[in-house]
Amino acid sequence: MGMPVILEVTGEAGEVSEEVFKYLESVDNKFSTYKEDSEISKINKGLTKEGDYSEEMKKVLSLSEEIKHRTNGYFDIKTPKGNLDPSGLVKGWSIYQAAKILDERGIDNYYLSIGGDVEVRGKNQKGQGWSVGIQHPFEQDKIVKAIHLNKGGVATSGIYLQGSHIYNPTDGSAANDVVSLTVIGPDVYQADVYATAAFAMGKEGINFIEGLKEYEGYMIDKEGIATMTSGFERYVR
Amino acid sequence: MRKNLPFFIASFVVVVVVLVKLAGRDDSTPSLVGSGNISNTPASSSIPSTTTTSSAPAPVATSYKDGTYTGTSVNVFYGNVQVQVTVSGGKMTNVRFLDYPQDRGTSVMINSQAMPLLQSEAIQSQSANVDTISGASFTSQGFVQSLQSALSQAS
Repeated sequence: MGMPVILEVTGEAGEVSEEVFKYLESVDNKFSTYKEDSEISKINKGLTKEGDYSEEMKKVLSLSEEIKHRTNGYFDIKTPKGNLDPSGLVKGWSIYQAAKILDERGIDNYYLSIGGDVEVRGKNQKGQGWSVGIQHPFEQDKIVKAIHLNKGGVATSGIYLQGSHIYNPTDGSAANDVVSLTVIGPDVYQADVYATAAFAMGKEGINFIEGLKEYEGYMIDKEGIATMTSGFERYVR
Repeated sequence: MRKNLPFFIASFVVVVVVLVKLAGRDDSTPSLVGSGNISNTPASSSIPSTTTTSSAPAPVATSYKDGTYTGTSVNVFYGNVQVQVTVSGGKMTNVRFLDYPQDRGTSVMINSQAMPLLQSEAIQSQSANVDTISGASFTSQGFVQSLQSALSQAS
């Protein structure tokens, strides 16, 4: 399954957008478990020696070890089958790396979005900070909130029901009272890691985000009640 | 300038257990907001504990009836403490100190934010008049399945 990549630059982007998409394609070629000849697929088939891993692969695997350690083994990129699948990390992390490319090239006004994770800088074409909508969990062409920021990342973790508030108790979807948790932070990589972690905590997740300096959150439960961290409102106009 | 490119990544969901410290002490002294009837009946404390640690992502089970409730006044050696709690939408939305020790020579530090008092609201639908959207609907079916299986192990 694919996820759309959207890069919007205010003003002239020049060659840099090509560079960004080339970079993201290279990330996909390395880390996609759907591509048989990706680096990760070859590693999983035992075709690559550890000493021959690319620098980026080594970096991502080392980051995942660090997070696994920090979470006492609960965040583990090893699948039940014993393969490695770092895609939970790679989405946010690759946006973070792509943002570095744009920053280094002096692109000051843009947003980059992959699969609902967004990193922003500067202003849109109207000269205002970027507006990021939080998707409505039950009416997917609508939003429930518009947040505004000039620098940082927004990530949303969740499960959306297909057009109904009613949970089917037999398919396990009632296991989590929370349908959506959005985190705003200094960068989308960390926001994504925390959104994923907090989402898995159920309703306690928003308290976890409240305890993190520099991160704000907006959690929606299956009844359509949202709870927000104490600094969240400053992003809402 | 705008470009779209299909980008194939599977989402992988993980369950994370983190020690969560829900509240801590700070140095602020709450202002006395109002006074209620003060009685000196000794009773079990109506003050919520100031720190809570949980080590599992258990869902919060409590649900309260809406209204405003005044706790008993509790003698805490250096004076009396009494709180008033507001419940809205089944959740505690405000805690006020109606009384706290204030007539001793030593200054008394009380954490008025003994628990996270986070604002809640019913979500409101609006049309998507924004530059971009953050949402979870872009994730793959694998995400959902993985999350279900992870959560069933965690419970």
